[in-house]
Amino acid sequence: MSTMSPATKPYEDMQLAFEAERRKTKTRNFIKGILFLLPSIILFSVFLFYPMMKTVYLSFFLTDASGATTVFVGLQNYIQLFTSSIFLKSFKSTFLFVLYIVPATIIISLFLAVLANEKLKGVGIFRTIFSSTMGISVAAASVFWLYLFNPTMGLLNEILGFLGMEGIGWLTDPAWALVAVSITTIWMNIGFTFLILLGGLQSIDQSLYESANIDGAGYFYKLRRITVPMLSPTLFFVLTVTIINAFQTFGQIDILTQGGPQNETNLIVYSIYREAFVNYQFGAASAQAVILFILILLMTALQFKFGEKKVHYQ
Amino acid sequence: MKNIEMTDITKSYDKQKNVLNEINLTIGEGEFFVLVGPSGSGKSTLLRMIAGLEDITDGIMKIDDRVVNHLPPKDRDLSMVFQNYALYPHMSVEQNILFGLQAKKVGKEEQRRRLIETTDMMGLGDYLKRKPRELSGGQRQRVALARAVVSQAPVCLMDEPLSNLDAKLRASMRVEIRRLQKRLGLTMVYVTHDQVEAMTMGDRIMVLHDGSIQQVGNPIELYNEPANLFVASFIGSPKMNIGKAVLNRAEGRLIVEDELNINASESLMSDIPNDASITVGIRAEHLTYATKEDATHFMEAVNVENLGNETTIAFELNNEIWTVKWPGQWEIEVGEMVPVKISCEDLAIFDTGSGRLIRAAKRVSKGAVPV
Amino acid sequence: MTMPLGQKITFYVLLIVSALLIFAPTLMAFVMSFMSNKDILTGSMPTSLTLDNYRQAFSTFPLMQYLINSVVVSVLIMLGQLVLSSLAAYAFVFLEFKGRDILFYIFIATMMVPFEASVIPNFHIIRDLGWIDSYAGLTVPFFAMAFGTFLLRQNFKTIPKELREASLIAGMGDFKFYLTVVMPVAKTSLVTLGVYGFLTSWNMYLWPLLATTNDNVRTVQIGLKQMQTQEQLNQWGVIMAGAVIVIIPTLLLLFLGQKKLQKGLTEGALK
Repeated sequence: MSTMSPATKPYEDMQLAFEAERRKTKTRNFIKGILFLLPSIILFSVFLFYPMMKTVYLSFFLTDASGATTVFVGLQNYIQLFTSSIFLKSFKSTFLFVLYIVPATIIISLFLAVLANEKLKGVGIFRTIFSSTMGISVAAASVFWLYLFNPTMGLLNEILGFLGMEGIGWLTDPAWALVAVSITTIWMNIGFTFLILLGGLQSIDQSLYESANIDGAGYFYKLRRITVPMLSPTLFFVLTVTIINAFQTFGQIDILTQGGPQNETNLIVYSIYREAFVNYQFGAASAQAVILFILILLMTALQFKFGEKKVHYQ
Repeated sequence: MKNIEMTDITKSYDKQKNVLNEINLTIGEGEFFVLVGPSGSGKSTLLRMIAGLEDITDGIMKIDDRVVNHLPPKDRDLSMVFQNYALYPHMSVEQNILFGLQAKKVGKEEQRRRLIETTDMMGLGDYLKRKPRELSGGQRQRVALARAVVSQAPVCLMDEPLSNLDAKLRASMRVEIRRLQKRLGLTMVYVTHDQVEAMTMGDRIMVLHDGSIQQVGNPIELYNEPANLFVASFIGSPKMNIGKAVLNRAEGRLIVEDELNINASESLMSDIPNDASITVGIRAEHLTYATKEDATHFMEAVNVENLGNETTIAFELNNEIWTVKWPGQWEIEVGEMVPVKISCEDLAIFDTGSGRLIRAAKRVSKGAVPV
Repeated sequence: MTMPLGQKITFYVLLIVSALLIFAPTLMAFVMSFMSNKDILTGSMPTSLTLDNYRQAFSTFPLMQYLINSVVVSVLIMLGQLVLSSLAAYAFVFLEFKGRDILFYIFIATMMVPFEASVIPNFHIIRDLGWIDSYAGLTVPFFAMAFGTFLLRQNFKTIPKELREASLIAGMGDFKFYLTVVMPVAKTSLVTLGVYGFLTSWNMYLWPLLATTNDNVRTVQIGLKQMQTQEQLNQWGVIMAGAVIVIIPTLLLLFLGQKKLQKGLTEGALK
C-alpha cells in the first residue's frame, strides 16, 4: 500500500484511534467485571479451591498433630482405607444409610405434598406444619429424638411397652442404631423435600387436570398419568439433593451416637471428623474427604446431566 | 441544535454477515427523521449505534460535526425513549422523570423548575407520586416522553415508542409526539416498523431492508417514486399491485402476467431499455372503475370487503392478487367480471432483476380540485 | 369442581394424622419444656406448667451469650452472602467482558465441592489466621455462595436491559446502577436469599463445633450440645427449653416466609 493517497490518510488514522479506543474499553470492562466478582473470587479461592487442592495433597502424606506433613506415603492412605475394617464399615454404613433414608424421605414427602396440594379449607396450616421440620436445626432435632429414643423413659419404648412389646435399645443396639439415626434424618429432611415437591406440584398446569376431569379420569389415574410424570424433574432434583445431604450427615451422629455402637453409625463425614480432629490423622482423613468429594461430584454431575434436560420450564 | 452524520456505518457481530451495510446518511437539525423497515432490518441497531449503546464496527458517526464513535452515551447529549419505556418500577413518576437530571447532578432548583414545566406540558401533574405500575399504558408512555423532554437534550431517539399502545391511543400520540418535536425543535430519530407511522410523522423517511438503505426521502417521494420493488410494496396501504410484464414493441402493447393487455405509450416504450425484463406496479387508487362501455379490461373479483365508506375488492391476475379501493359501497359478487380502467401512465415500471425503478407513474393522486 | 364429601373427609383424616405424626416431636419438646422434672421422670401427663426450665437454662448456661453469638454470626453471614452474591450476579448479568462465561462455570463448579470435604484445610487456615474463637472465623468462609449468585442471576435477568441503557444515557455508572436500581428492584429475591442464608447459618453445626472452643463465640447449636452432654442428671425439661429457644427464630422465619422461600428455592433449583 505504498501508493496510499493522502486523502485516505486521516481516515486510516481514525481507524487506528478507534481500534485503540476499543481495546481500552475492553480492558476497562474486564477490570470492572473482575472488580464486581473479586470478593467472591478471593473467598472461593481461599476457602474452597485452595482447601480442596490441599485436601488432595494431604491425602498423600502422614501428618503431625498440627496438620503439617511429615512423610510422603503416596497412595498408602487410600490403600489403608480400603483394607481397614473400620473404614470399610464406615462406607458400608454410609451406603446403607443412604438406602434407608432416600426412598423413605421422598415417598413420605411426596405423599404429604400430594395431600397438601388439594384445594381444601385450612390446608395452609397443614403446609406450615409439614414444612416445619426444615426450620429445626440438627442439634435441636437430635435432642428431640435423643429423648424419644431414650431406653427407659423415651416415648417410643413406652409405646412399644404399651403394645406389649419389649423395648429396643435404639441407640445402643448395633442392629438398631443406624435405623434410629435414619428415622431422625428422614424426619428432618421431610420439611425441605415437602416444600420443594409442593412447589413442583403447584407449577403443574391446572388445565391438564381440568381436561382429564372432562375425560372422566379418576383420582389415582390422574396421579399416575399427570402428577408423577409432570413432577419428574422436581423428583429427580429432590432425589439427588437428598442423596448428597445424606453423604454429608454429621450433626445427628455427633449428638445421638458419636459413631457407635461398634462403629455402626460411623458415617463418612463423622469418620473424617474423628480421624482428623480426634486422632489427628489428617492424611487418612483427607483421603476419605477426597472419596466424599468424588461421590458428591458424581451425584451433582448426574443432576446436571439428566436434570437439565428434563426440566420443564414454567 | 445538532445534526447527525454517518459515513459508511457498518455493523457485524463476530465477523458474521453484516447487520448493517455501509450506511451513509445525514440527519439535519430539527428534522423528524424516521427509520422504517421490517423486523430484522437493522433499524434498531442503527438507532442504538447513534445512542452509543452498540459498538460501531466500521465507519464514522458524527454528531454536530464531532466524531462520536467511542463517546459514551451520556456524553452525546441525547435522550432516548424505549419500546418498553424503561421506567424504573420502584421509583415514582417524579423520581423517574428526574432520574437523568440527578445522575447529571443538575441543581435542585433547576430540577424543580424543569419538572414543573415538563409535567405541565405532558399533563402528568396529578400522577407525580404514583409508581409506574399504577399508571395506564398511555400514561407510562407520557412519563417516558417526559423523561426525554426534561433532559433538554437537542437530539431525541425513539425506538418503536408506540407499539405497545392500542390503535386509538397510538393515533393521538402520533400527533402529540410530532407537535412536541416541532415545539422543542428537537432533532428526532424515530424507529418504527409501521409504515403508517412513518408516513404520518416523518419529515424524511429512510427505508431499511436487510441492513441496507433502500431509499431516503420525504413521505410523498417514497409513495410516488419508490426507488425499488421493496419500497413500492412496503410503503402504502393497501400495498402496490405488482405483476410481471412483457413489452411488445411492434404492437405497442404491454402484457401483464399473461393476462392484461395494456396499450403502451411512446414515452413509456422509450423509457424502457430494449432487453429489460420488467415488473409493473400500480397503486390501488389507479385501478379505477369503469362502465362496461369505457372499460379497458375486465377482472375477476375473488374477494369483496364492504367497509361502508369504501370497498376493497381483490382481483385474481394469474398468480397475483390485485387490490383496489373504491369509494362508496359496491355490490359486486365474488366471481363477477368487473370492468376497470387501466392507463399505462399510472404504471410504475421496475427492472425485475435488480428491482430498481425504471419509470415512475406519471400521474399522482392529487386532492380533488372542486370544479 | 367440588370434591365428594367422602373424599373430602378422607383427605382431612389423612392430613390430620400426618400432621400429628410430623409435629409430634416438636410438640412434645414444647410441652416438656414447661413440665416439672418430676412429671417428666415419672412419664405422666403434665400436672402443672412452669417456666422453671427456662429460668434454669438461662441461669446455668450462658444461653443468652449463645443466642447473641448465633444472631451475630447468622446476620453477618446473611449480609455477606447478599453483598457478594448480588455483586457477582450483577457482573454476570449486566457486564460484558472477556472470560465472563468461564468464570460463571467456575462459580457453578463450586457447588460441587461439599464443605465437609474441604473442612480440614479450612480449619488450618482459620487457625493460622488466628480466627479460632472469632466471629470472622465463623462467618467469612461462607460469604461467597454459588447458589445465591445463581438465584440472583436468574432474578436480575428478568430486569429489562433497557433500564441499564436508559441509565447509561443518563450517565449513571455501574456501581450506582447496581445500588439504586438493581438492588431495590430485586428486593423480593434478596429477602428470599436472606431468609435462606439466615436459616442455614443459624442451623450450622459442624463448622461452629470446630471453630469455637469457648462460650464467648459459641453458637446456640453448639451450646445445645453442651447442655445435652453436661446435663447428665436427666434434666430433660431444661434441655428441651434450650431446644425450643433454638428453634423459635427459625420456625418463625419459616412460617412468615414459607411461600417466598418455596418459590425462591424452586426457582433456584430448577431454572
